[in-house]
Amino acid sequence: MKKRRVAVIGAGITKFVRRAQETGKELSFEAVRMALDSCDMRMQDIDSVTMGTAPDAFDGVHMKGEYLSDGAGGFGKPYMRNFVGGGTGVFAPIHGWFHVASGMFDTCMVVTSEKMSSCYPHPQAAFITIFDHTTEQPLFPTLIWIFAMEMNRYMNTYGITKEEIAQVSVQNKKNAIDHPSAQLGKEITVDDVLNSPVMAWPVNRLDVSPASDGAAAMILASEDVAYRYTDKPVWLDGVGFNLDTAYWATRDLYYPRYVEKAARMAYDMAGIKEPDREIEIAEPYDPFSYKMLHHMEGLQLAPRGKAAEMVTSGATARDGDRPMCPSGGALGVGNPIAATGLMKVIEIFLQLRGEAGKRQVPGDPRCGLAQAWGDLMQVGTVVVMRR
Amino acid sequence: MELENYPLGGKALSDKDLENSLFVKHKPSLKYAWDNGVAISRYLAELKEGRIIAKKCRKCGRTLVPPRMFCELCWVPTDEWVYVEDTGVVNTFSLCYINWDASLVPKGKDPHIPAVIELDGASKGMGIMHLLGEVELDKIKIGMKVKAVWKAEKEREGSITDILYWKPLE
Repeated sequence: MKKRRVAVIGAGITKFVRRAQETGKELSFEAVRMALDSCDMRMQDIDSVTMGTAPDAFDGVHMKGEYLSDGAGGFGKPYMRNFVGGGTGVFAPIHGWFHVASGMFDTCMVVTSEKMSSCYPHPQAAFITIFDHTTEQPLFPTLIWIFAMEMNRYMNTYGITKEEIAQVSVQNKKNAIDHPSAQLGKEITVDDVLNSPVMAWPVNRLDVSPASDGAAAMILASEDVAYRYTDKPVWLDGVGFNLDTAYWATRDLYYPRYVEKAARMAYDMAGIKEPDREIEIAEPYDPFSYKMLHHMEGLQLAPRGKAAEMVTSGATARDGDRPMCPSGGALGVGNPIAATGLMKVIEIFLQLRGEAGKRQVPGDPRCGLAQAWGDLMQVGTVVVMRR
Repeated sequence: MELENYPLGGKALSDKDLENSLFVKHKPSLKYAWDNGVAISRYLAELKEGRIIAKKCRKCGRTLVPPRMFCELCWVPTDEWVYVEDTGVVNTFSLCYINWDASLVPKGKDPHIPAVIELDGASKGMGIMHLLGEVELDKIKIGMKVKAVWKAEKEREGSITDILYWKPLE
């Protein structure tokens, strides 16, 4: 397939908060405005708009893509909504990548927006509707059940302890202190995590990312157009996405095969042969503390069962050998589902440009990766970026 | 990105702010009648009889529970119906202290114990999500053998809840 190279040229992120005064439209508008301002563009310069946003049940608004379209700047333009559950935030730029790589459009505004707080008192209640209505919902499941069961299976398979996993929360919440959008940046200890209330053993409250409201936006451009707006484009060199069976209880939860398949698709496209050496910095999706480890293994950035050792040794810290979640991740910055994934892509964009401020990792990284995961624990979405 | 220049960029409201804010409350009351389809209707009818039925895919050789009319991995119609046991092995579990709507399980009450149970007679790894019961919390282990505890025959209604829970197999 002949495809054009696609650059990221601008980005914006609102604050992530538990309940925002603004509507999802208003948050989208502001994230888009920030992205345009960051590279001196106007809405007129944008050829197409893609909107990533997660379940309509959070908002109680059906056809949420259409509802958010005005804030996203979608009117009078080719506009599409995309949605693959928690994987949406990294799928959105992949969706935009198709628009530009195909030659259809020279520029694409990628918007992600989530307002979870509308589902009151807690958006967790909306999640029951993702389970099978006949074989699962009568048991009154929560989403936490399947995370807790997956974490238990992962720990049991490799003999990983809760203490080791708690270090992920400690690292990411600390990293988030330096993120201007962060909801939960904080210095905490492993004991704080272990002593926080048990939600669903083995998951404690501080192992979990919060529900959040927020929006993020990013601008993609074709190679010739990119240089009109910036001297420092960052290239989307590889994109990958993959779906495993929706019968989630019939595959072994200890390993995310769909993440591996998505990653291999992106690595093949980017020409990456040894991801653990070539990917210098990564933002694996971390809605739960164990998930960062689980995903590092799926992404081939750590041997199976060994990701926790990289955290213990300090390798995943910002100044470590292989920084993971330098933004602070979903655990620290917050988790407005679709906006979280794009926040991660934007973090890699800023890090590769050397514009991450206090969060900047040393060593002048040239190649990074962002990943998200979702649907019924079955979809992996990955982008590989280079400067 | 200077957030202070963007006034619509996420102003946090506290619970107290919410009391003084203008908002609209809405409780949707949609009703659904979900058709259970061909495979799951048979599954439910068999549960009512106290049996668990599966379907075989001859192409991959898997015995599939819950049964399905097509194999989602081979993408072909499935073949014969077969019964599997109402015993199995705990693949994983959790002790859950919150309810489905994020409310807390009252102090002193037992947690929910969701588990993935790999059924005897189905293919290796072929599990269903269900609940454990009649078990001491600190005795639950991955790999533990369990058996279904069924509702009394005349109370069964053709639902996954015709199995009350799974208890350790002595």
